[in-house]
Amino acid sequence: MASPTSPTSEQATNPEVSSEKTDQKDFVYDSKVEGNIIFTRVDSAINWMRKNSLWPMPMGLACCAIELMATASARFDISRFGAEVMRFSPRQADVMIVSGTVTYKMALAVKRVWDQMPEPKWCIAMGACASSGGMYRSYATLQGIDRLIPVDVYISGCPPRPEALIEGLLRLQREIDKEESTKGLKAEPKEEVVKGLAI
Amino acid sequence: MSDLVKKIQEHYGEYITHTKEFRGEHTVVIKKEAVKAIMQYCRDHLDLVMLLDICSVDHESIDPRFEVVYELSTLDNSHHIRIKVPVSEDEEVDTVSHIWATADWHEREVYDMMGIRFTDHPNLKRILMWEGYPYHPLRKEFPLAGKPTDMPDVATTGVAPMEGGPFVTSSTATDTVSAEPRAKGES
Repeated sequence: MASPTSPTSEQATNPEVSSEKTDQKDFVYDSKVEGNIIFTRVDSAINWMRKNSLWPMPMGLACCAIELMATASARFDISRFGAEVMRFSPRQADVMIVSGTVTYKMALAVKRVWDQMPEPKWCIAMGACASSGGMYRSYATLQGIDRLIPVDVYISGCPPRPEALIEGLLRLQREIDKEESTKGLKAEPKEEVVKGLAI
Repeated sequence: MSDLVKKIQEHYGEYITHTKEFRGEHTVVIKKEAVKAIMQYCRDHLDLVMLLDICSVDHESIDPRFEVVYELSTLDNSHHIRIKVPVSEDEEVDTVSHIWATADWHEREVYDMMGIRFTDHPNLKRILMWEGYPYHPLRKEFPLAGKPTDMPDVATTGVAPMEGGPFVTSSTATDTVSAEPRAKGES
């Protein structure tokens, strides 16, 4: 004969009460889930994921590329900001870092690589040459990559130090944070605004 | 006079316009008919086995207009000699790429930048600018800012903003004051 205080006997004798109790148990404190749920907007979540794993397309064309390599290596370590996965295939890249002098002979190749990158994509013009032609006011040099592809962040310097590139990357991350990603998911890609060649 | 210059003069005296020594650098100016023969002689008999460089000069208003400059060197005792070949705009110079293989690319660069053609060159096409580019950019009359060109799907060039420049010397200046670099005020 079972004792009346025993829970097992109570469950056995009163099935309705026992089911109510298990339902309650589903919503009470559970150490496995607690602290692992964050409420946010989809935009913020997508932007957060995008900005913290920017895969760069290293468009190294001159001495700025040396600083780009230094930024990626141990001393400056761009992987602290999630951008260490340099992709030499444009299909896998998110941000093109144009580092160096863009000659007219190279310009359309850069443009083609840019066109091969899937949306969403961003561009960093690293250094004076990529931003404005730099000291090359000459027949051979494109006067800024923004004449061909839209640039999100310009970095000054000749060449810029790795800290400057990291600062540029952080600026880009802040810009990405402001984007309306969910609207962009189904929309056609925005028309690229470029200065055009000065002819 | 250096022994090298003396020997060249002994063998090819009639093809030598003049020789010059400046701070220990020896220059021989030769006629363009003898380029092949003199270069071959320099390499085979004077131990000038290394061709350091071929470059070219545009004298603009002087006739003949261009000069092709060959820098030769020996390997063991580092004797240098400079050979200049004046050539006018419609003339060609014999290639020396069969004597020194390195001359191949040097001559292509001279052709690309200055428009001097080399007879019998195995592959005389542009080396820096793209095939189809219509100008020779290092000629004096070509503006530093460039000229607009368009070859769809190949390359497009524009004019660089000069902001008062370029700051360049004048090739026709007669005295040092007017030869100072000045803003040309192009574009």
